[in-house]
Amino acid sequence: MTGRIEITVSVNGLSYTRSVEPRMLLSDFLRHELGFTGTHVGCEHGVCGACTILLDGRSARSCLTLAAQVDGASIETVEGLGSVENLGRVQQAFRDHHGLQCGFCTPGFLMTITDMLRHHPLESEAEIREALSGNICRCTGYEHICNAVRELAKERGALK
Amino acid sequence: MKPASFDYVRAESVEHAVQTLSGADGDGKIIAGGQSLMPMMNFRLVKPSVLVDINRIAGLDRIELRGDRMALGALVRHRMTAEDALIAEHIPVLHHAMKHVAHLTVRNRGTFCGSVCHADPAAEVPMMSLLLNGSIHIVSERGKRVLSAGDFFVGSLMTALEPDELVTEIEVDRLPAGTGWAFEEFARRHGDYALAAVAITMERQNGVATNVRIGLMGVGETPTRMPQLEAMLEGSEVTERTLEEVVDALRSAIEPNSDLNASADYRRYLAGTLTRRALSDAWLRARDMQS
Repeated sequence: MTGRIEITVSVNGLSYTRSVEPRMLLSDFLRHELGFTGTHVGCEHGVCGACTILLDGRSARSCLTLAAQVDGASIETVEGLGSVENLGRVQQAFRDHHGLQCGFCTPGFLMTITDMLRHHPLESEAEIREALSGNICRCTGYEHICNAVRELAKERGALK
Repeated sequence: MKPASFDYVRAESVEHAVQTLSGADGDGKIIAGGQSLMPMMNFRLVKPSVLVDINRIAGLDRIELRGDRMALGALVRHRMTAEDALIAEHIPVLHHAMKHVAHLTVRNRGTFCGSVCHADPAAEVPMMSLLLNGSIHIVSERGKRVLSAGDFFVGSLMTALEPDELVTEIEVDRLPAGTGWAFEEFARRHGDYALAAVAITMERQNGVATNVRIGLMGVGETPTRMPQLEAMLEGSEVTERTLEEVVDALRSAIEPNSDLNASADYRRYLAGTLTRRALSDAWLRARDMQS
């Protein structure tokens, strides 16, 4: 009960075991303990969306989740989407449509969009904009991000 | 910032959770979705000595229709409430209101019961639990009790819940078939807390409104029902004139706060406009459902 807690968690398909302080945020755990620095920390109170990861297949704010809570869970981060040499489909769409400038918010957007493409219809422009409304970008003005998502949703077709 | 230190206990059962809370000398906190609690802990506005995680307790994630009531367990996430077919069918006003709760990612984690316990006066879920005559099922080592939503909300972010108590489920009314409803909200950005919002349900019998409920949020220290306005409408036909009378009465009855986002006068005006719109929508919807 007191002191550190041992957790085992799968990140992008690989299993990791670490002992953590109960107050360690999942965002800090991913960055400082495991070195997945693709997960960015912006506001640290759930507003900006930069730290969004997938927790058991659904998007979640890693700054509002404790590492202690994810023992046994499966996490996906931006590092799991692709690599510099071999961009994932969502990453490629961002590149094609200039969906980023400074790139700070981008990992959060990519993870949110991955969840939305898996689970939400994204049939209308309004739905696409609502799906993105929990992530803040201060560079792009969002238009190019919406263009990328529109293409991805069209390519995916109707949700199965 | 980062949370202050605390002990973490993963509760294996409701009994284990309340036993741990009881042992925390009033300084324990329950975490479910954590979408309101974690920001406050990150800011160190809340510094519990013991955090009791109920996420692994089996059986708390159910939505159940029980006669004329719908029960939502302590681990029912906003996404589950928003996507549940029974709720969409029997409480369409709640189904619709869920679209306004924060953002999809927050809805993946945040819970119905947790939002009620957080008791933000500008949040949708507490107001909907009040509108739907919610009863809050509470357990502690001292026993069980049930509070009405009206008795539960005490002030802004304040409830009647004692530090050793856990909310296990909330029951709300299902609406009779043919009930008209409307939900209107204005926020400066989608997903933000509302500057004001109103939810209405009413039935329409022999050309007049009955069983009218009006719930408001963002215009006081707690979400609120408006019994005096509900009584004005009961047994009346909804006309342009009735709407004007109700909206005038509403604007004199409420005392909203002024803050960074809106003045009290603006909120008062907005609440009236949203209510006029919602009443007319609910009235027309009740008619359409009859035909």
